[in-house]
Amino acid sequence: MNIESITNPKIIIKDLNFYYGNFRALKDINLSIAEKMVTAFIGPSGCGKSTLLRTFNRMYQLYPKQKATGEILLDGANILDSKQDLNMLRARIGMVFQKPTPFPMSIYDNIAFGVKLYESLSKHDMEARVEWALRKAALWAEVKDKLKQSGTGLSGGQQQRLCIARAIAVKPQVLLLDEPTSALDPISTAHIEKLIDELKEDFTIVIVTHNMQQAARISDYTAYMYLGDLIELGETSSVFTNPKRKETEDYITGRFG
Amino acid sequence: MNTMLNLYTRRRIVNAVGLSVSVLAMLFGLFWLCWILLTLLDHGLPALTPVVFAQMTPPPGNSGGLLNAIAGSVMMTVVGTLIGTPIGILAGTYLAEFGQRGWMAPLTRFINDVLLSAPSIVIGLFVYEMYVVRVRHFSGWAGAFALSILVIPVVIRTTENMLRLVPSTLREAAAALGAPQWKVINFVTLRAARAGIITGVMLAVARISGETAPLLFTALNNQFWSSNMSQPMANLPVVIFQFAMSPYDDWQKLAWAGALLITLSVLTLNILARVLFRQSATTH
Repeated sequence: MNIESITNPKIIIKDLNFYYGNFRALKDINLSIAEKMVTAFIGPSGCGKSTLLRTFNRMYQLYPKQKATGEILLDGANILDSKQDLNMLRARIGMVFQKPTPFPMSIYDNIAFGVKLYESLSKHDMEARVEWALRKAALWAEVKDKLKQSGTGLSGGQQQRLCIARAIAVKPQVLLLDEPTSALDPISTAHIEKLIDELKEDFTIVIVTHNMQQAARISDYTAYMYLGDLIELGETSSVFTNPKRKETEDYITGRFG
Repeated sequence: MNTMLNLYTRRRIVNAVGLSVSVLAMLFGLFWLCWILLTLLDHGLPALTPVVFAQMTPPPGNSGGLLNAIAGSVMMTVVGTLIGTPIGILAGTYLAEFGQRGWMAPLTRFINDVLLSAPSIVIGLFVYEMYVVRVRHFSGWAGAFALSILVIPVVIRTTENMLRLVPSTLREAAAALGAPQWKVINFVTLRAARAGIITGVMLAVARISGETAPLLFTALNNQFWSSNMSQPMANLPVVIFQFAMSPYDDWQKLAWAGALLITLSVLTLNILARVLFRQSATTH
């Protein structure tokens, strides 16, 4: 399967290379991400899947020695262009990390923080937005009576759903999930997988995962990466049942990695 | 089997020796500390009467208290802290959050380390030469400036260390929402490090409240009540120095009372700082 066969791409990546100092971590990546679908990146540790994800919101720019070359087109505009405003870009592309990262403030403020950056809502509208985001993240019932309490006091699974709520509260178009369940127990993981399935009605979702069963369960498209190369991209069902490349087959059948 | 047993016996002996040496070293340190504290309580407690807080430092042979010295110490410590803390927090934030690139931050860090270990008498001499000599008299302001120079490096160091303890994923999470760097720092990282930074400020206050050398050259002393910081100002460390060296019995008693007061306030600050830091460590 090649780029052209994804009919409604939200993100198109062309000849992307990424460097940590002199180390080339991504090699000529060409890939499309379908709109309002879940795309999963799988591959062994160090294959570059998180690195690739972190180019979509230019997270790497926090660190001086990292750089990307090539093009990443979001709705046709190149986000790697230096004219692209970084903070506006990040407001459109939300991200959730491997470890839950609640801010040291109340549950309510955790959600309101991002919203306040780009919208000035009345108190009433803000309350409605916070509730909307918490409901979407399936956390409302558990926290509605303790919105003023610190977000750091929640359990790990709740913290991660709080982070998802925080990311979607700003109404981004794309949601990047970097191994969002690897620090969670099976029940919390199931919660979040169900959530991802519901969220794809509104958002384009890209998820990095170590867990192949998870990729098979929740994604529409799967990309297999190895040592900085994109080996194969295809519909999840065909990648897992009928991989085109030998390397992919070896990995998903557990012969390697 | 036998060699296993030998190995085990040897480990037990090494363990016993190591443990005894550590305990002895600990007891040695604790012994002097307890002796100092007990002597201080023994001489200081009887001298610590309400009069100490009500009257000025007396001439030899008269009764009196330490009110002017206590007030002077508090005023100069507060002003010194108010000047030093914002500078220290800002510089520490710069080092931790912007110090990845360029040569400015490593240089600042090095100079700060030098300043941190500079003898306080040098700081006193510096303020004497730069300020007291030019205005031609000792003053409370000069004392406060000298103390603020002692506060700055302590606060810089703790602020930087505490901000570095904040996980970088927290910064990334805030940046990923589209927050500009100043908002990330103000609302997320500084807030996450707040308890640690406050602890650092309290430790800095504890440090300067007992400093004598920098005040000897700057605030000097004052026999009378003085709330004017442009004038020479009484303060506990210099009064203790002067009274303890004197041959007069009343003065020596007041010196003990003053020494106990400083020790108790430093102890209180240290305990408060520890409690505060421990609380924050359990909530994060």
